[in-house]
Amino acid sequence: MKRFIGFIKKEFYHIFRDRRSLFILFGMPIAQILLFGFAITNEINNVDIAILDHSKDATTKEIINKIASSKYFSTKQIINREEDIASVFKKGQVKAVLNFEKDFSKNLIKENKATIQIITDATDPNTANTISNYVNAILQKYQKELNKDITMVYQIVPETRMVYNPELKSVYMFVPGVMTIILMLVSAMMTSISITREKELGTMEILLVSPLKPIQVIIGKVFPYIFLSIINAAIIVMLSIFIFKMPVQGSLFLLGLESILFIISALALGILISTISATQQTAMMISLMALMLPVILLSGFIFPISSMPLPLQVISNIIPAKWFIIIIKGIMLKDVGLQFIWKETLILLGMTVFFMTLSVKKYKIRLE
Amino acid sequence: MGITISNISKSYKNVKALQDISFDVKPGELFGLIGPDGAGKTTLFRILTTLLIANEGTATVVGFDVVADYKKIRNSVGYMPGKFSLYQDLTVEENLSFFATIFGTTIEENYDLIKDIYVQIEPFKDRRAGKLSGGMKQKLALCCALIHKPKVLFLDEPTTGVDPVSRKEFWDMLKRLQQKDITILVSTPYMDEAALCDRIALIQHGKILEIDTPQAIVKHYPKQIYNVRANNMYQLITSLNKYEHHHSVYPFGEFVHYTDNRADINPNDLILYLESNNLLDVEIAKTVATIEDTFMELAK
Repeated sequence: MKRFIGFIKKEFYHIFRDRRSLFILFGMPIAQILLFGFAITNEINNVDIAILDHSKDATTKEIINKIASSKYFSTKQIINREEDIASVFKKGQVKAVLNFEKDFSKNLIKENKATIQIITDATDPNTANTISNYVNAILQKYQKELNKDITMVYQIVPETRMVYNPELKSVYMFVPGVMTIILMLVSAMMTSISITREKELGTMEILLVSPLKPIQVIIGKVFPYIFLSIINAAIIVMLSIFIFKMPVQGSLFLLGLESILFIISALALGILISTISATQQTAMMISLMALMLPVILLSGFIFPISSMPLPLQVISNIIPAKWFIIIIKGIMLKDVGLQFIWKETLILLGMTVFFMTLSVKKYKIRLE
Repeated sequence: MGITISNISKSYKNVKALQDISFDVKPGELFGLIGPDGAGKTTLFRILTTLLIANEGTATVVGFDVVADYKKIRNSVGYMPGKFSLYQDLTVEENLSFFATIFGTTIEENYDLIKDIYVQIEPFKDRRAGKLSGGMKQKLALCCALIHKPKVLFLDEPTTGVDPVSRKEFWDMLKRLQQKDITILVSTPYMDEAALCDRIALIQHGKILEIDTPQAIVKHYPKQIYNVRANNMYQLITSLNKYEHHHSVYPFGEFVHYTDNRADINPNDLILYLESNNLLDVEIAKTVATIEDTFMELAK
């Protein structure tokens, strides 16, 4: 036990003396969560649009006012000729142009029909779609106001309700994903690097010619990172609660336990990587390629798994991150207890045990 | 109870690193493994310290088999690899106490063993190991290898890259350790250090050339060696190599060590020959063989 404590003490010296890694360790989660929370978002805010108003009457003014006063759009430019549409798009000054036809009011009253053209810059299809939906919504609302005295006979009113994230905040989706990525990266990459560093510097040779058992070396390497990753997870959860006002509906205790389970599975993967790589560089590359990409692409963090082609859906099952994201989304957003996520937990536990056993088995007691 | 090595062979892919090596190291002996880079010294060390498994042959260290009883060997030997292998970001004292702890001991418990060496680096005990000079690093590494009072000490090229003063100090320390009943197997590419060992094995291309005491090895040298000197070293060597009776020609400091094919030679013949090759100030004198000469002769 004394040997073990001595080993852990040494590991902490390594971690705390390497300022750069320490900065990455704690700076990265904060930077990532802030980036994903503020900058990278699916919502639209203050999109610049241009107005081409051929009629300039009371109705068009009212519509323009309604659009401009919403927080989604800001009217950047008023243009007067059709030819200008192409040029404002080309300059990239606006994302959309609203084109009101001539005699808009008159047509509306006389013919009960007036047209407005919404032209959007679809180089970014998602944004274009969202913009046109938002404009449509504003127009429809205005139309309702105009028709409020008239009762229509047949009406279907769809009443949509978004549960668990009523405001459709993208941060709700990013926090679990970012937490998963960071725990995976810190745990797997840092352990694999710290073990391969011993190989590269030759200290592994001395550790092998000592009475330390493989399991002692492995647990000694892993223990400090469990501790640091828990702190990281706590930082992420606190940032999301206090900065993004993301409510954590479920039990924090369960969230903590599940996180520890995921951290251990990532650490086991890290050890496994270190057994197959000889240098820190290789360990880092393998961690990035074999862990990061699948975690980002196949875990359901950004792209929904249900819309992937079947082979990818099958592959996604072997990625621990997928199960962890299901678990933490459940706990954080839906307040589910263990009775709803025991299956995912069990799968994650099975994977952890498998990776751990494999890495202890693969740990070399000699140099070759 | 020292080290026994019998018929050890080891190859990597298509390189034969060790070929049928056999020798014994007696308990309490200071045994030197002398040979150039790539001779197979490190491979042999790694086999004896249980880090590699030989393709053929067996070996025991303090009575334990290097394959079957590897755990027991790892408890009772000290190993200092050729490459500096301590934690550079840990201080001198932290390194030492780390190695003490993993061997289940403390610095205090075995302080008397490392005292002579440790007092020299103690003033720097709060310095990071990576910031020490070459000689200091080796002294620290020796302390770390000694801290658990090993029965056998393996030192793989401990003085490579160390200045001559530190080298001498280092060997003085080894002599003192030997008196504390520690068997020492040390390797070095420096022939002058060989003379300080009790017995040495000359090794090249994975084969043992000769095993004996340094004195005996020198005495067995079959020929008379001449120190030859002239005004132009380069031309001297080429001329001697062209001389019809030459046996061996090796530069040795400011001289050339020359041996002749004939049993009996007249130095004046050689002087005349060299002067006819436009060399001036030619001097010739008899000298005694060194281990380096023996090695060169055997490696021929």
